[in-house]
Amino acid sequence: MNKEKAYWIYTKMHEIRKFEDQVHKIFLTGAIPGFVHLYAGEEAIAVGVCAHLNEKDYITSTHRGHGHCIAKGCDLNGMMAEIFGKETGLCKGKGGSMHIADLDVGMLGANGIVGGGFPLAVGAGLTAYVEGTNGVTVCFSGDGANNHGTFHEGINIAAALNLPVVFVVENNGFGEATPFEYATSAKSIVDRAQAYNIPGVKVDGKDVVAVYEAAQKAVERARNGEGPTLIEAVTYRNYGHFEGDSQTYKSETDKQKWPVEEDCIDRFREFALENGLLTQEKAEAIETSVEAAVQEAVEFAENSSQPSAETLTEDVYADYQ
Amino acid sequence: MTRKITFSQAVNEAIDILMERDKKVILIGEDVAGGATVDHLQDEEAWGGVFGVTKGLGNKYGRKRVIDMPIAEAGYMGAAVAAAVTGLRPISELMFNDFIGSCLDEVLNQGAKMRYMFGGKAKVPLTIRTNHGAGASAAAQHSQSLYGMFTAIPGLKVVVPSTPYDAKGLLISAIEDDDIVVFFEDKTLYSMKGDVPEGYYKIPLGKADVKRKGEDLTIVAIGKMVHTALKAAEELASKGIQTEVIDPRSLSPLDEEPILQSVEKTGRLIIVDEANPRCSVAADISALVADKGFDSLDAPIKMITAPHSPVPFAANLEKLYIPSSDQVIKAALELVNNLTLMR
Repeated sequence: MNKEKAYWIYTKMHEIRKFEDQVHKIFLTGAIPGFVHLYAGEEAIAVGVCAHLNEKDYITSTHRGHGHCIAKGCDLNGMMAEIFGKETGLCKGKGGSMHIADLDVGMLGANGIVGGGFPLAVGAGLTAYVEGTNGVTVCFSGDGANNHGTFHEGINIAAALNLPVVFVVENNGFGEATPFEYATSAKSIVDRAQAYNIPGVKVDGKDVVAVYEAAQKAVERARNGEGPTLIEAVTYRNYGHFEGDSQTYKSETDKQKWPVEEDCIDRFREFALENGLLTQEKAEAIETSVEAAVQEAVEFAENSSQPSAETLTEDVYADYQ
Repeated sequence: MTRKITFSQAVNEAIDILMERDKKVILIGEDVAGGATVDHLQDEEAWGGVFGVTKGLGNKYGRKRVIDMPIAEAGYMGAAVAAAVTGLRPISELMFNDFIGSCLDEVLNQGAKMRYMFGGKAKVPLTIRTNHGAGASAAAQHSQSLYGMFTAIPGLKVVVPSTPYDAKGLLISAIEDDDIVVFFEDKTLYSMKGDVPEGYYKIPLGKADVKRKGEDLTIVAIGKMVHTALKAAEELASKGIQTEVIDPRSLSPLDEEPILQSVEKTGRLIIVDEANPRCSVAADISALVADKGFDSLDAPIKMITAPHSPVPFAANLEKLYIPSSDQVIKAALELVNNLTLMR
């Protein structure tokens, strides 16, 4: 990892954290409608993986998609406006938090359906295979989705056809309010890779450097036509499943351990400072500029208009309303 | 030049022409070629689809464009959606429309909504080819006509051709269309022969076809039922009743005008639909005419459909399940007599 990469990683992790903290605060005021599922605490995974992707690569995402969007390069103003349901949003206010997408940067959409991303990632991989590009698709999912049929169908097809897809499961310990250990018969999600005859790597999802290194190998393999990899990144979400979740299922020990002692941003900051990848001044400069960018996004969203009535039936079909 | 070929050959030709023209067109599904990686086949296809409809395409275009998929409909149907969004123009075969139960999310929640949810940025040029219809002793899980389910979903276009000519021209339009088109092929029509021009021609989606002109009665019939209606119309003509038979060809978008105009002329409407009756396309067309053409009606609208039951296996029951021309004639005579009494 060079300094430039370290700056990028530190910036993106901060952007996600500040963005989500803002959404959390604003949601409490009632200015954001609907459901939001926050990514805070899991930044190391989206950022560590997307660090290896270019604009032509694709990702698929989940309910908890804001972090993936930011790491893949979605515009913060457009994202915040989308979450507010405004016409300047990335999806003109018609998708919302669970469906933010920007095909121009290879972001195939957050997804309101658990397990929805696996087949889609396979499809983007199929395009790369048929067209002979060396594009890679990363499928982000949560541990809740690893028991879904599409997980198994998707990984099997990608493996059988040797498609350039990397499957990244963020195991945050809970699928909604149900513990991973209760819902999953396997001891580890990564054990399931063996059944599909592909490499499986389990990493500390709070350690962006570990994620970065595991993803580097997986993305390279895919790009070189060596097929898919399954990465399980163990993590914890700082907020609930959705905003408004009472989180009674979380233990007091975990609530102290993960967001405070094991915080991924603190850990990377320390690592980068120790290894000369970041200086105190540079870190502070990044923090300040991120703070300003997120503030600007909030103001942009607040000052934008709602979509006009005639857009209700627009974009159902490509050629008529 | 026009010659007589089968419905199945017409479908095959449409795909062949577009695969030849556009490298982005690929064909995926279960055994669309068949026999992948079998040594002694040396890449020759085994089947060309379970009904042999896509025969020859695997050999001609190779296994990188005619791709056999594992029996995993959710996996490959979702893949087809995203392949379309990321630049290909896939044709994905759902072997039997009944199997939609295994991949409905990929069509309903992913593909159909993407363009809208993404604020118009996505284009999903995917054609889902599937077969439907009773009459092949295929029983309850391989015989349904589920086009009504798809017609109810915004974002999907739905096509049900009744002749080889329509099948070829409509499929070419479907594949070239930038939205998801679900293309229904009645398995009992595959061997039916009809006049089909060689080469490329299009029939626009959303345009109905008047298959027979008449002044006394309108019949709207879907897919194979067009032939049932035409048979009934022939019989009715011998009794002095002139029947207009309208084939909508596309159920979404639905060409409403020819139906309303015809009812305005005839004052009587029968809808013949092989699907189950509740929340069906027949009920939908009935509601359309009741709403927009009420003043034209001289008699109640009649729906001739399958009963509200699964498709039975036993041949005698299956025959009873499928709407017959006798049922259509009976209903037609009732409507005409009604009118005579009223007058």
